[in-house]
Amino acid sequence: MITRAARRRATNGVFVVLCLIATAIALSALVMILWTLLSKGLGGIDFMIFTKDQPAPGSPGGLRNAIVGSLIMCSLGMVIALVIGILAGTWLAEYGAGTKYGQVVRFFNDVLISAPSILIGLFVYELLVAPFHGFSAYAGAVALAFLATPIVVRTTEDILSLQPGALREAGMALGASRAFVIRKIIWKSARTGLLTAGLLGFARISGETAPLLFTSLGNQFYNARLSQPMASLPTTIFQFALSAYDDWQRLAWVGALLIAVAVLFINIVGRVLARETHRS
Amino acid sequence: MFKTFVAAIGGLAIASTAAAADISGAGATFPAPVYAKWAEAYKAQTGIGLNYQAIGSGGGIKQIKAKTVDFGASDKPLKPDELAAAGLYQFPTVVGGVVPVMNLPGIAPGQVKLSGALLGDIFLGKVTKWNAPEIAALNKGVPLPNLPITVVHRSDGSGTSFLFTSYLAMKNPTWASQVGASDSVQWPTGLGGKGNDGVSAFVKQTTGAIGYVEYAYAKQNHSTYAAMQNKSGKFVQPTAAAFGAAAGSAPWLKSPGNYILLLDQPSAAAWPITGATFILMYRNQEDPANAAQVLKFFEWGYNKGDALAVSLDYVPLPANVKGLLKKQWASSIQSGGKPVYVAK
Amino acid sequence: MGAEAVIKPRRPLYESSMASTDLASPTGAPPGHATGEIVFRFACAAAATFLLAALAGVVVSLFIGGLPAFRAFGFGFLTSTTWNPVTEVYGAAGPIAGTLITSFLSLLVALPLALGVSVFLVEFCPPKLSRPIAIAVELLAGIPSIVYGMWGLFVLAPWFAKHVQLPIALDFAPDSFIGKIFAGTPNGANIFTASLILAIMILPYMAAVFRELFLTVPPQVREAAYGLGCTPFEVIKAVVIPYVRKGMIGVVMLGLGRALGETMAVTFIIGNSHSFPHSLFDSGSTIASTVANEFAEATSDLHTSALIALGFLLFVITFIVLAVARLLLREAKI
Repeated sequence: MITRAARRRATNGVFVVLCLIATAIALSALVMILWTLLSKGLGGIDFMIFTKDQPAPGSPGGLRNAIVGSLIMCSLGMVIALVIGILAGTWLAEYGAGTKYGQVVRFFNDVLISAPSILIGLFVYELLVAPFHGFSAYAGAVALAFLATPIVVRTTEDILSLQPGALREAGMALGASRAFVIRKIIWKSARTGLLTAGLLGFARISGETAPLLFTSLGNQFYNARLSQPMASLPTTIFQFALSAYDDWQRLAWVGALLIAVAVLFINIVGRVLARETHRS
Repeated sequence: MFKTFVAAIGGLAIASTAAAADISGAGATFPAPVYAKWAEAYKAQTGIGLNYQAIGSGGGIKQIKAKTVDFGASDKPLKPDELAAAGLYQFPTVVGGVVPVMNLPGIAPGQVKLSGALLGDIFLGKVTKWNAPEIAALNKGVPLPNLPITVVHRSDGSGTSFLFTSYLAMKNPTWASQVGASDSVQWPTGLGGKGNDGVSAFVKQTTGAIGYVEYAYAKQNHSTYAAMQNKSGKFVQPTAAAFGAAAGSAPWLKSPGNYILLLDQPSAAAWPITGATFILMYRNQEDPANAAQVLKFFEWGYNKGDALAVSLDYVPLPANVKGLLKKQWASSIQSGGKPVYVAK
Repeated sequence: MGAEAVIKPRRPLYESSMASTDLASPTGAPPGHATGEIVFRFACAAAATFLLAALAGVVVSLFIGGLPAFRAFGFGFLTSTTWNPVTEVYGAAGPIAGTLITSFLSLLVALPLALGVSVFLVEFCPPKLSRPIAIAVELLAGIPSIVYGMWGLFVLAPWFAKHVQLPIALDFAPDSFIGKIFAGTPNGANIFTASLILAIMILPYMAAVFRELFLTVPPQVREAAYGLGCTPFEVIKAVVIPYVRKGMIGVVMLGLGRALGETMAVTFIIGNSHSFPHSLFDSGSTIASTVANEFAEATSDLHTSALIALGFLLFVITFIVLAVARLLLREAKI
């Protein structure tokens, strides 16, 4: 006869194995994709990638203009997304928590998360490109912000609403205003969660192509002016990867590798800076 | 630290008020590599940057109509009435061809011969095996395998599809009535690959597959291509010379608005599925200096860009056609009644 | 369980102290804080409202853009599978079906995987390995979607065709039940493989946030459960998951949303036929892939309008799916 204890132990054992399998599957998918990235991209990396602009097929060149463009537009987009996203997420978690309006905003935010990036690109095109008769990096950054903000909002709200009420009560009891409590206590305690929100947003927009095609267009040459079309890694990758030329395809894989490495780097740096302390 | 970061971004934003902008154009994917090559050399020589981005022929037409770019580019020429309605002028720049590619074990490139009508029947799904009598009739002595035909077409809209379907509609009446010609059609059968790349990949991965790609892709991927029967009944291989022959024997002088499809041209050496790619500009320019820069660039492309185009598997226009077009510019692109630029 | 009631964050305690007053004079706070309070609260509310306005703007502009198509085809737009740019007859049934099938299928695959990964990282993983593995999983999120698409096309599709589709096609007769479910050209470009790619794409988001949620559970709660003699499985099932349930729902919404709108990765591998998919291994299309494929080249106004109408329909679908999910969860008292 199987005792209840034995059955519980067995269930636990099965569960542990399943978790291990799940992790193994996730990691092996990562390994396979990284393997493809590395094997195709690593061979093409040289100093020129960072010092020369994108070439025509058959000419030597690098990805400098695309890298700089991506940096500029992603940073600008993330700044906008973080400001609006964290404030909105805070509102949802703190001020608007039980209200009907809060429910509406939360619901609409979820809908915005699933917006196909191409449609957001079209919307920003109608807003910032067509009326001004020109593609620009501003429009590109705004389109990226549109994509990152809902993720930041969602994650911020989830994290903040799980901060213990005791923290808030303690702050209020000491005479602090609500805003102070939120800013100095709750945000601080949710630091790593907010960081994750930002990192997820950044990961989302770092590889987005479609919205940039309609807003910042892309640029064969180096351009750091926000009011002009600007190159970016995803658009360059898109153009080069689907071409017929070997050297362009190789540059595309190098670009893809750069994006993946950048996300990894920012992940690690972010966590180190936030000094992820074990909650006790 | 966050504050300094924001300040840096802000500073960059404010500093972005510098003067002269590059010329910008957008549109067809097909000529993007050669325009990039020309632009690179042109910038090295003159310091002027011409930024061309491939967003699709439809995109090129939309953007020039929205005046967000200095010129648009399209693989599909606009009909004269459309041009007139929009106040646009179009001229071709380079020529290329669409090539049927296949995955047949034991068959060499150019060994299989096809006609336009037969190609249409294959893509209609009427001919389903490689050793079918219709194909064998044109290919005596060729060891056609007993494999089912898997059709691969484009899933995305494209000028390549436009050329291909237009050709099929010309040669196969059933295709014309059932499917028609456009950059995106309702394909009766087969798989959709994204881009020339996707079609190439599917054809490579599936034994017995047949698809169609731009010449550059067929050449770079060493694909097994078919020889096609042209208007004069000869079977030709897809080569730069064959595309050039098609362009050379076309009635350019008799084409109002430069609306011309280079399909099924009469020359004995012509490749039947050839096409040119076009530039769209406004007839009446608000910024004559900008327009002059665009024309200067394409004049440079005509005069000095042939070798570069050939190196990328494109076919330059015949010299007489180029001369004709350059003469057209003075009367077609003007600002305040005066030509924007007179080409040499 | 009792643990929830004690530890769950409760806002009412200080909420009530603010309820009767306006923010100009929070009880006991020094006067200088009042304006700061108002400004901050306003800023937060403004951000939230801005979000709402942005979404409203997108939806309205899509609706206006799609109006010609809706007028031309009426309700038939939703049920017709014809998509013919030459005769200018468009019907959205194929892309709609493809979108729903791929999204739910990918969620079905990704949810258990994400749960497993995050539970592993929080409960079973040796602490030294925990951070590297967490970063590795999040790295999946940072890979550009076009790379997923290309990997799917050049690596997954051929492998799938050779090792899964061909054996099934050879072992099962086409008329059998299994044969019918898994019918389709054996080239690996179908709804199922597209769903697999989608699952790998949404997995890292869900796993990362699950992990963060699990980490917010106070150690005292978990220790209390362990102290009572629970196995790790029981702790997870009966204590941790109920504690973070609301957040988990949010994460699932996030994942589903991502899956519904993903473009690049799906476009390369779904086969892109606009007809209604007849089997799991049949090629299909999603709304996002159709728009991505055809928008750049669409010149006719009706074609453009039909594509924008598709985009609008995607928003409607998302609305409905999320609303239904919320309704069901409210019924289950979550």
